[in-house]
Amino acid sequence: MSADKNSEPPAARSAPAGAEALALRQFGRTFDSFSPDRRTLLSGTAALAALTLLKPLKAGAAGSAYVTEVAPGAFVHQGVHALYAPENEGNISNPGFVIGNDAVAVIDTGGSYIIGSRLREAIRALTDRPVRYVINTHMHPDHIFGNAAFKADNPEFIAHHKMARGLSARADRYMARNKDLLGEAAFKGIEIILPQRGIETATSIDLGGRVLELKPQKTAHTDNDLTVRDVTTSTVYLGDLLFAGHVPTIDGSIRGWIAVLDQLAREPSARVVPGHGPAALEWPSGAEPLRHYLNTLATDIRALIKNGKTISDAMVSAGQSEKDAWQLFDDYNARNASTAFAELEWE
Amino acid sequence: MIRYATQRTPFMRFAAAAIVAIAAFAAPPAAFAAEEKDPWPELHRDVFQSKPMIEDGGVVTLEAPIRAEDAALTPLTIRIPAEHAGQARKLTLMIDKNPSPVVAEITFGPAAGNGERMISTRVRVDMYSNIRAVVETADGKMHMAVKFVKAAGGCSAPALKDPDAILAEIGKMQVKALPAADAAAPMREGQLMIKHPQYSGLQTNQATGYWIPFKYITALDVKRGGEVVFSLTGGISISEDPNIRFTFAPSASGGDDTIEVTATDTDGRIMKGASTPKES
Repeated sequence: MSADKNSEPPAARSAPAGAEALALRQFGRTFDSFSPDRRTLLSGTAALAALTLLKPLKAGAAGSAYVTEVAPGAFVHQGVHALYAPENEGNISNPGFVIGNDAVAVIDTGGSYIIGSRLREAIRALTDRPVRYVINTHMHPDHIFGNAAFKADNPEFIAHHKMARGLSARADRYMARNKDLLGEAAFKGIEIILPQRGIETATSIDLGGRVLELKPQKTAHTDNDLTVRDVTTSTVYLGDLLFAGHVPTIDGSIRGWIAVLDQLAREPSARVVPGHGPAALEWPSGAEPLRHYLNTLATDIRALIKNGKTISDAMVSAGQSEKDAWQLFDDYNARNASTAFAELEWE
Repeated sequence: MIRYATQRTPFMRFAAAAIVAIAAFAAPPAAFAAEEKDPWPELHRDVFQSKPMIEDGGVVTLEAPIRAEDAALTPLTIRIPAEHAGQARKLTLMIDKNPSPVVAEITFGPAAGNGERMISTRVRVDMYSNIRAVVETADGKMHMAVKFVKAAGGCSAPALKDPDAILAEIGKMQVKALPAADAAAPMREGQLMIKHPQYSGLQTNQATGYWIPFKYITALDVKRGGEVVFSLTGGISISEDPNIRFTFAPSASGGDDTIEVTATDTDGRIMKGASTPKES
């Protein structure tokens, strides 16, 4: 995706007529593209039954051009594939939200206060129901730096129980580094908001006629990845457990990540939302490129270790066959190789 | 303090440097202007008593990436060519701008051998800095190789990707004598790996506002068949899960090539490991 999405003028973002149409069109396309296997059909039937119980949103709601309705009442804003930079204002990940009959849950808030505020405007254009929960899928700045935009809603901030520790320890660095990268203007308003509730075991939250299942995962992309399933539409917000297009970044465990993906692949879902990539993808096929990358990197590194090669060797050679398959490859692959080597040499 | 008695000097040096760093971090922003100052003249005086440095004289080379992909895990390799190896007594690794600039002091023993000597490890680099490898030879001369590395955030940024996993296995060690490429080669390579968080004492827990207490390895002894390859005193700049590859001289034919490693950390924890005997 090109970077000019970032510089869309506000007028375009809030164009009301095209907005609904776009959302519906995108929803339809996403929905139609699924392979109609039995599980999907079954979950689809259940979803449709549940959906009839959901209250309609605001008529002619404006502002939804900023977000895609990937399933009824489940929204995603698609960020660009880029590093933090002043021109993208931190719009480099996919935040989203789910609207129930009583309340809204925000799932990640984008990479800056500005992006969080735009997400909030999009919600306000769709519904007057209160934002009762802000859920962070993991500690990385591009997913949590918009948290402060929701402070006025006085939501409960929720995350994996290990996120507070990981984020606390990195907070100073995250703030300093991203201020440099974003520049003063785009950094404005960003603050670290630690979760008020840490999720230790699978937990449900009720938005009114609609339940979200929050599941803390074992160490994978980070040691604090949390998945959010909208039971009504069988839509799972995977955070950075799923990358598509944007090269994956390993800040946890390559073996753990592969294992978590194996586990998640066994859980049928109508669609999933990646932390980086399209607004929604089929499941589990949407994870194929990611799994291929992780397995290739692990295979390459195991061969290097077996042949007595070093971490420096791994940083220049491991995973290189994946180079053309991913954006931002040169920004992250060597580091992934280094991280994975340090882990795999203990096998 | 008794348990540090035999290594008080280096320990005190590393600890003192860390304390100075904490003071600097707590100082008002004006103090950061001092970062622009080249720290080398003072380090040269304090660590090397201003002895003249022979730079790029062929006694020591340093390999380091120009830009570190992961500032918490920056690989460094130091080599001493065979013609100088027998004269090399001590190697000091230094990262000028790190809070604790002396990464490690390594004293070589008889089992370090006379062939090309190599030692390689991974370090934390806190900001763009010169990295130095200084070798003292038997004649008292100092030889230096310098590389400038672009990296940021190694020491005060907590690198631990999964602290629970590392703390659960703290002290676990793997020691290997790598297969010899050639039975007649004068030198072999060994590798040691220790599970250890290497907490620098420079990280704060934002939830509590407290410093995370330091916990790192201060000393390492590496022997081959009972003879010293090298002894290392180290500080907070060595990456978590310390990992060192090194050359050693195999014993005379039929001798014991088992590599034994003993490490001590700031908690007084003694960690031991050995390669499989006769591994080849």
